[in-house]
Amino acid sequence: MPIQVRYFAQLKSDLGKAAEQLNSSQIQTVNQVWQVANPNIALPKNTLAAVNLDYVDLEFKVVDHDEVAFFPPVTGG
Amino acid sequence: MHISILENELQPWQTVATYQQNHAELTGKFGATNVFVGTMRDFNIGERVESITLEHYPGMTEKKLQQIILAAQQKWVLLDVLLVHRVGKILSKHTIVLIAVWAIHRGDAFDASRYIMEKLKYSAPFWKQEHLFNGSSRWLQTNSSGYQAKKASDKDS
Repeated sequence: MPIQVRYFAQLKSDLGKAAEQLNSSQIQTVNQVWQVANPNIALPKNTLAAVNLDYVDLEFKVVDHDEVAFFPPVTGG
Repeated sequence: MHISILENELQPWQTVATYQQNHAELTGKFGATNVFVGTMRDFNIGERVESITLEHYPGMTEKKLQQIILAAQQKWVLLDVLLVHRVGKILSKHTIVLIAVWAIHRGDAFDASRYIMEKLKYSAPFWKQEHLFNGSSRWLQTNSSGYQAKKASDKDS
């Protein structure tokens, strides 16, 4: 079950990675994507998540080939 | 509607003038044009800022901005919207964001412009990293409310 995971901004710097691919049949939700990708790191407070370019909550169900992104609160404009 | 993510310097006034000239269908129709320009300051949170690096999430950013403008078009009667946002390295005094709204009446133009900007601030996936004159860098943690505190002691926030 390949899932593409992406990180942005300070989260990318802190984790030291911008993207990775997960192959786990145990993954069902966005929260589990984080746990499998970062097993020893708690999801930082206020982290936002998106699946296939739309905001989702952490219980959102992921499926094969989804792109899941984690990032801090946005600061554009 | 036109949305652009720009990697090089943005000349806001020239961009608005050129866009309007190139959209002859607007001529004679609009009675109100509201232009918002956001500019990079050389200070923030008590520190002098030399430049920022603006990161974004390609694909999601454009999608989110389009959703915001479509929502504005549902709420107000708009003739056209132009939105240009910088990414990459931006020096102080340079433009970060431009929003121009053309409408028949001023209320629609003013309100839609404000709505688009506020939605952008809180939901479009852009992130600022500030580079200070002392050589250090820091990620901005959150956007401000958009109002300057009136107390003199708060004049940098």
